[in-house]
Amino acid sequence: MTSTRRMVLLGGLGAAGALVVGYAVWPSHRLARTNALAARPGEQFINNWIKIAKDGTVTVVVPHADMGTGIYTALPQMAAEELDADWSTVRVEAAPSDTLVANGALAEGFILGSRNMGPEDIPAFLRGVVANSFRSIADFMDLQVTGGSSAVRATGVYGMRVAGAAAKEMLVKAAAARWNVPPQECSTKSSRVRHAASGRSLGYGELVSEAAAYSPSSSPSLKPRSQYTLVGTSVPRVDIPTKVNGATHYGLDVSVPGMAYAAIKISPVFGGKLKAVSVADVLKRRGVQKVVQLDDAVVVIADRFWRARDAVAALDPVFDYGASGAVTSADITATRVSALKGNGLKSDLKLGNGADALTSGRLVEATYHVPYLAHAAMEPVNATALYKDGALEVWAGTQDGLGSRAHCAKVAGLPMEKVTFHLQSVGGAFGRRLPGLYNFLEYAVRTAMAVPGTPVKLVFTREQDMQHDFYRPNVMSRFRASLDPSGMPVAWVNDYAGDEGANPEAHIVYEIPNQAINAAQVKTHVPTGPWRSVEASWHGFFVESFVDELAHAAKMDPVAYRLALLKNRPRHAAVIRTAAKAAGWDSPLPAGQARGIAMFESFQTIVAEVAQITVGPAGHVTVNRVVCAVDCGMAVNPDGLKAQMEGGIIYGLSAALNGAITIDKGAVVQSNFPDYEVIRLADCPDIDVHIVESDGPVGGAGEPGTPPIAPAVANAVFAATGVRIRELPVGIVSSNGTAQKAAGL
Amino acid sequence: MTIQLKINGVSHDLDVEPDAPLLWVIRDEVGLTGTKFGCGIAQCGACTVHINGQAQRSCVIPVSSVAGAEITTIEGLGAAGLTPVQQAWIDHQVPQCGYCQSGMIMAVSALLKTNPNPTDEDLASAITNICRCGTYPRIRAAVRSLAQA
Repeated sequence: MTSTRRMVLLGGLGAAGALVVGYAVWPSHRLARTNALAARPGEQFINNWIKIAKDGTVTVVVPHADMGTGIYTALPQMAAEELDADWSTVRVEAAPSDTLVANGALAEGFILGSRNMGPEDIPAFLRGVVANSFRSIADFMDLQVTGGSSAVRATGVYGMRVAGAAAKEMLVKAAAARWNVPPQECSTKSSRVRHAASGRSLGYGELVSEAAAYSPSSSPSLKPRSQYTLVGTSVPRVDIPTKVNGATHYGLDVSVPGMAYAAIKISPVFGGKLKAVSVADVLKRRGVQKVVQLDDAVVVIADRFWRARDAVAALDPVFDYGASGAVTSADITATRVSALKGNGLKSDLKLGNGADALTSGRLVEATYHVPYLAHAAMEPVNATALYKDGALEVWAGTQDGLGSRAHCAKVAGLPMEKVTFHLQSVGGAFGRRLPGLYNFLEYAVRTAMAVPGTPVKLVFTREQDMQHDFYRPNVMSRFRASLDPSGMPVAWVNDYAGDEGANPEAHIVYEIPNQAINAAQVKTHVPTGPWRSVEASWHGFFVESFVDELAHAAKMDPVAYRLALLKNRPRHAAVIRTAAKAAGWDSPLPAGQARGIAMFESFQTIVAEVAQITVGPAGHVTVNRVVCAVDCGMAVNPDGLKAQMEGGIIYGLSAALNGAITIDKGAVVQSNFPDYEVIRLADCPDIDVHIVESDGPVGGAGEPGTPPIAPAVANAVFAATGVRIRELPVGIVSSNGTAQKAAGL
Repeated sequence: MTIQLKINGVSHDLDVEPDAPLLWVIRDEVGLTGTKFGCGIAQCGACTVHINGQAQRSCVIPVSSVAGAEITTIEGLGAAGLTPVQQAWIDHQVPQCGYCQSGMIMAVSALLKTNPNPTDEDLASAITNICRCGTYPRIRAAVRSLAQA
């Protein structure tokens, strides 16, 4: 094959964080560079995501972070399925943080449209993102973002599967050519190509060099689901064995020769500036090497972390907080209340007669409020950086190796070629380690640039991690609905105000003919960012609480009420029915227990959860059991999917019961786990996950388990006590009053 | 000032101040990074090690107080091959991100030495380690399988 161009499969990424599918053509010298970068002797790149060695070892290169979601197993499963590889020969590697293995959009002119793909070839959920991905913002191109619950449903479906199938076709062509038979007479199984008629077979490893001479097809034929033997099975996760013996290395574990350690104290008030700090005493402490004054923080560099930590704690920096130094949570609430009075509300959706339809029927109204939330991953954010001879090297666990590298380059004022980024395993992300939230990288790079030639590991204490997060937004949402004589809603009006503006997660699946949704963006000085399930984390609580209130106003069963509004949504209805049945919805409960249900679709996955709770005499809520039904189209690894549902539920439950970040004097009040309570083993309910198979598109798994749990619990609290939770966290349920008011109203 | 620590059966002579936190000495002086930092105030359990067989949170232990004690970290636990707890963790696919699991395994291992058949209540009151990925249901299942074994 003498072609100088190769069709290689790549994905693109827009600024919104979703994955974009694309094909690109590589000049052959780029493929050679990829081989030089990542192929070891005897290995040959078939394409960017799969390596097959001469001994038949198949290595799948995963262009995402390992943050515990199981994609280092699920993605190779998808590749190996289409490749017909023997799973026992499959290995997994993390992609280097280099443009050639990006799953993101490319800056260098490989344009989606020119590759014989029309807009109709792009999956609907990605369409809006394609236009964004080709803005020439060099730092945000070439991303390997791990987020948006997109690894399986985008990289897996459009990348891994297609790459595996394309590689298989090349191997078959190579075998057929060697045997001088038509490729159609060959079959593949367990890493071998067979020619049944002549009884010949060859292992993949023996065919690699010849196969690599072919160009991967841009549209190889894919297996129908009915033929899957690997996808759909719960193969054990490849990353687990090193997570039980301390061998997995996280950002915190990086060790570089000559490394120093750094601790930081950032202005407690966001936006504050460092004015003065007296460092003389601290410099005398054992091991302290330098004190670095940054724009908004002071950093101590020492030979050991605890010495740096104690030294920075002994400093008394003076910050200038500006006007933000007086802001309180009450002030923030007041901005939302004011916005809902009409200031800044913009129409996002109108169906039928919109709010005009409220005048007929019985009016039901409620306002809800959710607080800022911290991510509080177990591994506090950290990064190691070395600035030397005009080049920068950074080690950190993030959700995007390539974007991290680009951001570090920007902070250092260096071209990408002068920056190396080593992506580490991540001790919990939940959105905290996404692009845009890289304050920890910035501080590490700036610190390293103050001590050229010395690698510095900057570790945030838990207090700094909790108080210098990018929080889940603080959002207030008011609903009005009018019910017809049978209790069904004829109008649904939702006005909401928060740090972000309008978002489609507020769009309901319930079949209500007249709708109006209006949103106001009211930012504060508090930095915000994506938090597991993002906008669904608040709209899920709002929508599913209000639907429940409507059901009770109509004196109808909450399950029946929802089903009556989903007559044309069989998948949503099936998920609700499955959860309700598995939870024994219609059967009596032990004394003192009650149930609540919620259903929400996010990231293309539909989840319903039934929470079974007990409210103690003093108002303490115990969640005894959660039954979850999930339809994500197809489960690549069923046990992996269940684990993500369990994780999403527990993460959301911590927030629902106790999570709140509050602001006083402009600063975050909470600092460590004692004042930011999270679920521990003792509080953890039994969780039963039921997978609902469907023909729906492959949906995400990392986040969709989270949105329904808060409303399911709140709805259960109402069933148990008659108290309607309108403001999170649930906390202690007070026995007086029939409804908890949303703050400020 | 030299302090001698015995970690996983090996003696280390360390030039650190008496109140240096055991967690950071293990990690950064001795280089054993399996024991993790999560909160610094003994609230989360990520730093759990065994001191003379007992589970302790190393982030608040001054090294001088454990000079001469038998200290075991996650690296030492399975040095002769995976322990039953570690194998159960694999069999039940417990870890997700894995960061808390060193501490979790150390805590559970110590509990099972003194109480090989813990009830769910025993487990809940003894194991207060935090896991943000939500592996608690699988931890319960893994421990139940060990108790029945």
